[in-house]
Amino acid sequence: MKNKKAFENMIHGIFLMLGLIAVGCVLLITVYLVIAGIPAIREIGLFKFLFGKTWESTSANPSYGILPFILTSIYGTAGAIIIGVPVGFLTAVYLSKIAPQKIKAAVGTAVSLLAGIPSVVYGLTGMLVLVPGIREIFHLADGASLLAAIIVLAIMILPSIIKVSITALDAVPKEYEDASLALGATPIETYFKVSVPAAKSGIAAAVVLGIGRAIGEAMAVMMVSGNVANMPGLFQSVRFLTTAVASEMSYSSGLQRQALFSIALVLFLFIMLINATLNFFLKGKKGD
Amino acid sequence: MQDSKISKARKAYISIMKVLMWLSVAVTCSLVTFLIIYVFIKGIPNISWELLSEKPSYLSEKIGILPDILNTVYIVIATLLIVLPIGVGAAIYLTEYAQNKKLVNTIEYAAETLSGIPSIIYGLVGMLFFCQFLNMKTSLLAGALTLVIMNLPTIMRTTQESLKTVPQSYREGAFGLGAGKWRVIRTVVFPGCVDGVITGCILSVGRILGESAALLFTAGFAHALNGIIEGLSSSGSTLTVALYVYAKEQGEFGVAFAIAAILMILTLIINLSAAMVERYFKKRRTI
Amino acid sequence: MSSIVTVKNMCLWYGEHQALKDVNINIPEKSITAFIGPSGCGKSTFLKSLNRMNDLIPSVKITGDVKYNGKNIFESSVDVNELRREIGMVFQKPNPFPMSIYDNVAYGPRTHGVKSKAKLDDIVEQSLKDAAIWEEVKDRLKKNALGLSGGQQQRLCIARALAVKPAVLLMDEPTSALDPISTSKIEELTIKLKENYTIIMVTHNMQQAVRISDQTAFFLLGELVEYGNTETLFSTPKDKRTEDYITGRFG
Repeated sequence: MKNKKAFENMIHGIFLMLGLIAVGCVLLITVYLVIAGIPAIREIGLFKFLFGKTWESTSANPSYGILPFILTSIYGTAGAIIIGVPVGFLTAVYLSKIAPQKIKAAVGTAVSLLAGIPSVVYGLTGMLVLVPGIREIFHLADGASLLAAIIVLAIMILPSIIKVSITALDAVPKEYEDASLALGATPIETYFKVSVPAAKSGIAAAVVLGIGRAIGEAMAVMMVSGNVANMPGLFQSVRFLTTAVASEMSYSSGLQRQALFSIALVLFLFIMLINATLNFFLKGKKGD
Repeated sequence: MQDSKISKARKAYISIMKVLMWLSVAVTCSLVTFLIIYVFIKGIPNISWELLSEKPSYLSEKIGILPDILNTVYIVIATLLIVLPIGVGAAIYLTEYAQNKKLVNTIEYAAETLSGIPSIIYGLVGMLFFCQFLNMKTSLLAGALTLVIMNLPTIMRTTQESLKTVPQSYREGAFGLGAGKWRVIRTVVFPGCVDGVITGCILSVGRILGESAALLFTAGFAHALNGIIEGLSSSGSTLTVALYVYAKEQGEFGVAFAIAAILMILTLIINLSAAMVERYFKKRRTI
Repeated sequence: MSSIVTVKNMCLWYGEHQALKDVNINIPEKSITAFIGPSGCGKSTFLKSLNRMNDLIPSVKITGDVKYNGKNIFESSVDVNELRREIGMVFQKPNPFPMSIYDNVAYGPRTHGVKSKAKLDDIVEQSLKDAAIWEEVKDRLKKNALGLSGGQQQRLCIARALAVKPAVLLMDEPTSALDPISTSKIEELTIKLKENYTIIMVTHNMQQAVRISDQTAFFLLGELVEYGNTETLFSTPKDKRTEDYITGRFG
């Protein structure tokens, strides 16, 4: 009997350890990023690092200002949201409320497919379709630009926005819609004036999730944005926080390498902020 | 009642909303269609038996992606083998053992956090921890371990969801017969999480296939032809990483599109099987 | 008293299943008409046909005439949204929108094109007063309606329905989800409302029908078995089935 108890306790202990691995991983990532990221910030100076406008890591007299990357990431994400959210949101309303079951299933499959396509495939297609297209249309020397990255990101966040919004819209009680129709509102008025406001926290979560996706994307953006450390402009070749880390990692060393870790730390802080916001919206929804 | 119809302003609003919705759906659908068709047109003509069955050689200027295919298979196997016990165990702990609400929240919050971290950060930490600190060098195993952390939340979530559908009465029934906790878990809980594990595996395979940023600095991009043991301990690129390298570094767009077409087909298969599995389990559960 | 709703030979099918069989009824205006009958007898289905809420179910087919103010409501020239504005509805479960109390009441008028703030304020206040809930909520009009009690929510829903100035109010078991005190408040309110509105109410509660209604219609298995003055119907029912039902032999 005693043996059995000890055995059960051991099993319990094993499962507890497995459960704690996820927590351990988060700690590991946080600790590593902080330890690796702080030294360069110390050496360069926080203000100079965050708000310096030039990044010349390989020049004789290097300067490490990541403001261009921060702004590019913010502008790029904002642009993707401005394009992707309305399209995704309206698609979601159609699919959730209007589309016949068959169309809903078919488009739903297409959206899942869009979500499953590897980011390098987006990058590759963007490189060969979008970049030359932008060069032609706007008569630029090079089409690899913030605009190209924004369009690719907008497409890439579309599936998350559509899916999360549909879940939120599907969960709106039918009673709300009945009440609106019984007051003489048409179905479309009902969807936009009752269903959408009722699903607003879920839709907000979709937007925040989209922001997280867009700000964290690296490879697709690397392939279409030209990857030059300019201050952002719509038709400029630019470098994002993510691509700044990726593009120099393979050949960097010393302070340059440490500065890359610091960039990752900044990116990580952005993501944590976004996660906290996301959590706020999702928890808020449960609280209703 | 007068035959008064709804006002012009309302009609305009309704029409505008309708048009906007249709436009959005059209944009979404045509994007998917365009991507599939474009990638297939550009890629499929470049797929040949030679490409699939050989390794690249600078001497004969041939490009073959067999090593990349094998590396992908190795890394998928290694990742799943490691992540499954951890993810399933963690899910069982959360649903069957944990009583401390704070601890449950902490673990769940950690899992949520993990699923929000971008892959480039995984790549960086994976490189620092597995490749440098644990001295694994750039290797498929280091890549696989990085992917384990990335896929842990997925496996945990799908397993937890399937465990929630195991009726409490089954567990009570087993306990009532005098079974110990472990026996209940073995006989009632494990069978209950099969569908979650399968769904989780499919989703994870999809994510591993598509991953590139996390692997670039952990698994590297060599194209050597290796067996699984050797392969795991040496650097190697998966299909996705190979696509990036061929397109961005070497300008070999034909090969890149061939790989893209293969990845696209795999994505289609994964999506279909995920949908089928979901339907199958749903049906089985309602019977 | 003139009839506001007249129904002739109406039948309704859900796919293959016939839910209403040859219903004929004249409903006088500015009175309360109660529909009673065991669950599944078609009384709610019939009520929902009167403002065409059944249109939302694709498999529903309706034959026969339903006239509102002498005009067939299924005619193509009838705008269903306008019809629903004139024939308002209160549901079984209180279903205020997850918005402020003010926005709930203002939703209908806004939908129908009222934009002026002053006018909306007037409509909201008047509707809430008519629904006998103004005193309870006047200090928290901007608060979320979901914070109200069940009975208050139902009166808010009545106010919301009144705000678009309907002529008829359909009520589908409006008190079945409420406690006795809230129920009697709604009943009092209903009696007051019949001065200006025609009320048609489905109820599962026969005492309620006796207490407040002027006419009662008894439905059974999709048929309108008996219809007449409430007092007469309950004291001297003509049909054996009505008698069995009101004396509690089944139901």
